[in-house]
Amino acid sequence: MSFLLSITPSPVLSALLWIVLIVTVLFFARPTAHALILATGRSLYKIFRTASLAVAKAQTSLAERNREVLLAAGREAKERIVEREFHRINETVRKDLANYSALHRNLSESIKRIEDDHQEAVDVPPDPPGWVKAVEAVAAIDLKDSRVGVGSVLSDIHKSLVKAHKEAMVAYHEASRVRHTLLRKMRPEWREIQQTLDNVGKNVGSLLSRSSTIDRHMQEYEDIVKGEDRAVSVLSSSSLVYFFVSALVLVVAVGGAMINFSLIARPMAEMVGGTSLLGGFKTADIAALVIILVEISMGLFLMESLRITRLFPVIGALPDKTRVRMIWITFTMLFLLASVEAGLAFMREVLLHDELATSALLRGDNATAITNNYMWITTAAQMGMGFILPFALTFVAIPLETFVHSLRTIVGLIAMGMLQVTSILLRLLGSGFRYLSVLVAQLYDLPLFIPLWWAARDSSETSRESNQLHKVVS
Amino acid sequence: MKTFSLIIVCAMLASCAPSSPSNSGVYMLIDTSGTYREEMLKAEQIIRYSLSRLDAADSFAVARIDTGSFSEKDIVAKITFDDRPSTVNRQKRVFVDQINAFVEDTRSSPYTDITGGLLQAVEFLNEKGPAAKTVLIFSDLKEDLEEGYIRDIDIDLSGFDVIALNVTKLRSDNVDPREYLARLEQWQTKVEKSGGHWQVINDLDGLEGLL
Repeated sequence: MSFLLSITPSPVLSALLWIVLIVTVLFFARPTAHALILATGRSLYKIFRTASLAVAKAQTSLAERNREVLLAAGREAKERIVEREFHRINETVRKDLANYSALHRNLSESIKRIEDDHQEAVDVPPDPPGWVKAVEAVAAIDLKDSRVGVGSVLSDIHKSLVKAHKEAMVAYHEASRVRHTLLRKMRPEWREIQQTLDNVGKNVGSLLSRSSTIDRHMQEYEDIVKGEDRAVSVLSSSSLVYFFVSALVLVVAVGGAMINFSLIARPMAEMVGGTSLLGGFKTADIAALVIILVEISMGLFLMESLRITRLFPVIGALPDKTRVRMIWITFTMLFLLASVEAGLAFMREVLLHDELATSALLRGDNATAITNNYMWITTAAQMGMGFILPFALTFVAIPLETFVHSLRTIVGLIAMGMLQVTSILLRLLGSGFRYLSVLVAQLYDLPLFIPLWWAARDSSETSRESNQLHKVVS
Repeated sequence: MKTFSLIIVCAMLASCAPSSPSNSGVYMLIDTSGTYREEMLKAEQIIRYSLSRLDAADSFAVARIDTGSFSEKDIVAKITFDDRPSTVNRQKRVFVDQINAFVEDTRSSPYTDITGGLLQAVEFLNEKGPAAKTVLIFSDLKEDLEEGYIRDIDIDLSGFDVIALNVTKLRSDNVDPREYLARLEQWQTKVEKSGGHWQVINDLDGLEGLL
């Protein structure tokens, strides 16, 4: 720096000389420099714009792919729902309507029995006795004109009549009683018919409601197949909800697994040693973790075999016989592992007591003094937890499946968002460089204001002179 | 794919490689000479505390300082703890029983060979090869060798922590405290020159930092 200021005896003069020299060089290099600056700005603008367009295109294709994935997942889910509904309808039809012929026969038999009983219960009026007319004729004979013995005949007839009347009344009462009995017998038949018809009505109603549900699902399915925006939007928001809910459940499951881990890690040291390390971690901890992971795997396989989840299509596609075998095998293994865990939990409690007793001995306390009669409760609770937690962890498969499926959508949405932001940033950068080049060109002119002013003045004078010359010539 | 397989195999081999030991070895020297016999209960307290701090795969030995301490016969009890926690607890209880018997039966020795005991400690701990080696000296640090015993030997104490515990003041120290300070300084110099780390703990209520 001092060298630059020492080209003349006076530093100020040297500085002035340098300024003049630099301004002159800059002035003469101005057109080239401007062209270079502006060209650089334009190039950067084009590069970033192209990059932005490329990213935007990638975003569009990713959005398209996400849409397809979402629609495919939605289609699959709807197919499962519709399939399940049909399965239920099939069950209802098989269970309730398969014995329709028997039902029909029952109804016919009941109706036939009612008809027969009704027929038998028809009230037949008793026949009038044939000798009534004779009685009437005898009754018309005048007592005065009567012959000997008519009075006694009439008396006999009267007796007979009374007797016949009594017999007729008894017969009539008997017939009425029989009719009433028959009518009473008809009552349960009517009730049975009514109950049967109620059941049929209920089943038909259930079928109708299921069919309306299927209609609704089919409508949604059609929307998905058509790829309508509304369906995509619904599926997308559902995925978000499923993602957060399943993540929450998985966090709870992880908490359960950690408790499980703490239950078995300590006693595991009795089996594999407490000091050996594997990759920097205690072998006992790794062994406990492996047991828990094996349990979770068994739970996954069990859920797959039961066709509750569909993470492994191979298991779902197995023949039913093999699948049932697999259910039993995985359940047995889970049961054995749960029993092992319960044993380890018991061992943990024993070790803890042993350690407490040793610590008390080392402290000089009386080890026998610290006995608690209710310690069996914690031991039993630990054993219970050790046994139950593996089975509880089995159900992790359900939220895990939902999490995995919804994760695809979420990752796609995040990637789309990132690509969109990148595209905007690249575009902003491109425009920024473009305007920056203009700004730099203006800044370049800033120290050259004197020669530029001079040049502008000179050129205006020249143009005025040329105008005058033109006027003179014209 | 080949590279990936190679990385996996390397990672598995690395995880199976034997890791460096993280256990510790403790050798405690107990002065049984003269009036120090009276301090045995304090020594027992320190042993119990040390046992509570030690865990699986650690080594612990307790030896007496007597006329000639460079001998295995002076080791009162020694143990290397097992891998399994239940066995460790059992070993600790047996060790405590041995120490109880020692405290009850020990007799006072006429001479004090601390250097010999230190040599024995170094030999024992080097043989066990733990990651951390600690020698506890429960003594007034006044060495009193029988005639003919040579203890002017260089000891390699690199990697050793030598901790003097309960260094009591003698009657002569009360008359001239410089003797006590000189004794401490002499041992500190001796240990640090040999590459060891020296520490003194006289307050037995503050054993938290020990081990």
